[in-house]
Amino acid sequence: MGSQFAVSTALSGRDFATFPDYPAEIRAPAGTTFGVSAYQINLGGEPITTAGDAPDVLVAFNPAALKVTLPMLHPGALIVLNNDSFTPRSLAKAGYVDDPRDGNTLDQFQVVTADISHLNFEAVRAFGLSKSESGRCKNFWTLGLLLWMFDRELEPVEAWIRRRLADSPAMRDANIAALHAGHAFGETAELSASLPQLSVEPAQMAPGEYRSVTGAEALALGIAAAGELADRPVLFCSYPITPSSPLLHRLTRLQELGVGTFQAEDEIAAICAAIGASYGGMIGVTSSSGPGIALKTEAMGLAVNAELPLLIVNWQRGGPSTGLPTKTEQSDLYQAVYGRNADTPIPVLAAGSSGECFDMAVEGIRIALRHMTPVILLVDGYLSNASEPWLIPIVEALAAIESNAPPEVSGGPGAQLLAYQRDPASLGRPWITPGMPGLVHRTGGLEKDYVTGHISYDPDNHQRMTEFRQAKVDAVADFIPEQALELGDENGDMVVVGWGSTYGPIYQAARRTGASFVHLRHIHPLPRNLRDLLAGFDKVLVPEMNNGQLATLLRDKLGIQPISFCKVSGQPFRISELVGRIEAERKGDAS
Amino acid sequence: MTEQLTAKDFATSQEVRWCPGCGDYAILKAVTQTLARAGAKPESTVFVSGIGCASRLPYYVETYGFHTIHGRAPAVATGLKLANPDLDVWVVTGDGDGLSIGGNHLLHTLRRNAGLKILLFNNEIYGLTKGQYSPTSRTGTVSPSSPAGSIDTPVSPGQFALGAGAKFYARAIDTDKRGLGDILLQAHAFDGASFTEVFQNCIVYNEDVFAAFTDRKDAANTQLHLIHGEPMLFGDNDGKGIRFNPETYGLEEVDATESPGDVLIHDERNAVLARLLIDLQSPVALGVIYRQPAESFEQAFYEHHPTRMQCTKSVADFIKGPNSWTVE
Repeated sequence: MGSQFAVSTALSGRDFATFPDYPAEIRAPAGTTFGVSAYQINLGGEPITTAGDAPDVLVAFNPAALKVTLPMLHPGALIVLNNDSFTPRSLAKAGYVDDPRDGNTLDQFQVVTADISHLNFEAVRAFGLSKSESGRCKNFWTLGLLLWMFDRELEPVEAWIRRRLADSPAMRDANIAALHAGHAFGETAELSASLPQLSVEPAQMAPGEYRSVTGAEALALGIAAAGELADRPVLFCSYPITPSSPLLHRLTRLQELGVGTFQAEDEIAAICAAIGASYGGMIGVTSSSGPGIALKTEAMGLAVNAELPLLIVNWQRGGPSTGLPTKTEQSDLYQAVYGRNADTPIPVLAAGSSGECFDMAVEGIRIALRHMTPVILLVDGYLSNASEPWLIPIVEALAAIESNAPPEVSGGPGAQLLAYQRDPASLGRPWITPGMPGLVHRTGGLEKDYVTGHISYDPDNHQRMTEFRQAKVDAVADFIPEQALELGDENGDMVVVGWGSTYGPIYQAARRTGASFVHLRHIHPLPRNLRDLLAGFDKVLVPEMNNGQLATLLRDKLGIQPISFCKVSGQPFRISELVGRIEAERKGDAS
Repeated sequence: MTEQLTAKDFATSQEVRWCPGCGDYAILKAVTQTLARAGAKPESTVFVSGIGCASRLPYYVETYGFHTIHGRAPAVATGLKLANPDLDVWVVTGDGDGLSIGGNHLLHTLRRNAGLKILLFNNEIYGLTKGQYSPTSRTGTVSPSSPAGSIDTPVSPGQFALGAGAKFYARAIDTDKRGLGDILLQAHAFDGASFTEVFQNCIVYNEDVFAAFTDRKDAANTQLHLIHGEPMLFGDNDGKGIRFNPETYGLEEVDATESPGDVLIHDERNAVLARLLIDLQSPVALGVIYRQPAESFEQAFYEHHPTRMQCTKSVADFIKGPNSWTVE
């Protein structure tokens, strides 16, 4: 089969030099006894920090190719497997006792499986090829899939096929059909490649034990850790949506940590069941992406009004509406901070990397339980599958998560009152759950009397409750750390303020230009000292993967005039474009 | 503490704000009486509701209560029941709340058989929003939003429930104190999702919509009270019965004295029979129409969970993953 690998020639040919940013290289994997039955594409754009030239993508057409090539791969690499070739016989031939697709052999990789032989055969059936000729088309089927996943144009490859196979029209048309079928499969299955994350150079890594982790893995572990720290079971309720589903899959593997998962009938049911779980004394968590979060909006208001804890994870993807399910964005910040009916403030956090998803899950649940409020955690969509080296946290060293204990029952008829005796600092009410004797009370979505919790239409009370709900969210700022600089001096001509997954490229760009760097993890409320911190700089540059949402928030909350640098192409910022913009702003010639 | 609670012990201090004469008063009374009869504990009982007149009920019952959002009570209650399966969780909903905006949740809650006691107050109208036609309104219903009469075909709550896979479906009339009380007691005892449709008279926006069979004067001839294992008799002195007509595949009235052998025996486990009973127009079938015990969702959830939601390991056991390395 090896000699048939037109793909290798194609990708090394000059047609493919037109691919932006990603010089491609193809070579045969070493050491397989089965001939060339797999190929490797090494994609490199920016000089990323992980080691040398290990492949980022492995397409394995059989178990032997997987076995031989696996040790060469980066953690987090993409593996595309042809299910049709994983027969008991071929597994045995490759020396696999257990199917590597089960178990945890492939845990540290992004694995995409498809019945490639079968799907390819169906795609080329109409062209009257022999069985072996049909089979050869699967190379282009797979290339079509990869071109979808890496957001590359089909046309150069198609043009190459037309030229190369001009003399055999049936093979030409079949290969083009296969290419398109693979591409369409990727789109239909909403597959996307995990984009490389830029992280801090190994030389700057703190000593300690590391592993590679994806955002979904880290967030799942963080949710479980929060349950452990709070000594409460967790009920995770969600509805499948790209790219949120990997979190659901990961959590199903952590059940022994007192984690349960509930796949609800829709997004609204998911958040409502999570609210029900929190009402019942478990830590309710739900997760989705922008369109699903929009559906959950009304229920968030219920959790605010009923003063119940809840973590809502939003894996942000491109929009509006269904938008770009497989493309990453940071465009749900307005939705999180401002996007509800009425005055309905909710604390908002953001994770800066896959590993940081762990910390922010713990932080989110800590805030939710302390203040008895829903908390939104924003994560850039691609971090779900993106892997990075992660300094493994020592969970035992983290502070326990306290929840507001139910009050002593005095024996009098005051249960309804006791439910709303709030902590003076956090303004969180006691977490009273059904089953507790003597504390029977009613709650819900209607406006409540501040003291008794009974339904109240009193104008003064609504004023007081509205102010209280904002004060409670503002009080979060009393408990979070002051904002620190990630890099640079406390005064200067330029500070770059970022949030979310832009951490890596901004860090590198700031380091190269000597600009200072502020990375926000607490979006709402902002850290108390942020205004003073930013006042030390002539210019505040805010790069973000949206149309200027954090910049608006900073103008609104701090009264400053930051410079927006927006990118909504579905691709992360490159260091070079950030460096260019910083330098241009310094010279004063940026548009 | 061991003292038997009475219906009064389950009443709250809150002023009941339904319209005077509303059927909800009778239902509320039957509910509190049922709680007393069932020996329910206020602290272990929760009423979860959505939005609508019916959904105000939790405020008037001295138990835990959660008045949630429109149509979503079954979802909230499912999460609650998973979090604490020992609780007695009731869901109070209406025809608009449960079958229109919340139809999806009701469908899935019933198919899962989550252990919730679901009471659907059906008055065939939107009361709280001032009288628009509802998903159970009969075609031609004149309302502020359908001045020329509604054109929708109504949904049958019973057929909906059975189609969704409900394991318990019963029907009662709001003012039928004894019948409603008995049915609520059975709904309460069912280990799974019990779905009870209560014909509720909205005296302001849809008065007497059920009068054809709720009127006490002719109740003997218009109501068929079903009891499992007993013949389907009605009419004065039980002179009439219900039989199956194999030509129409339907149920029909039969003279019970002339043809006692034709009268069907109620079998609440027979889903085919239940579907026929649901569609019976006169008399209207009341009581437990269908009951098929099955494992509840929460039982299955805990049985399939390897540690029954207990934490038996530490995050530290999982956090390192398959491959870790050390940076000096």
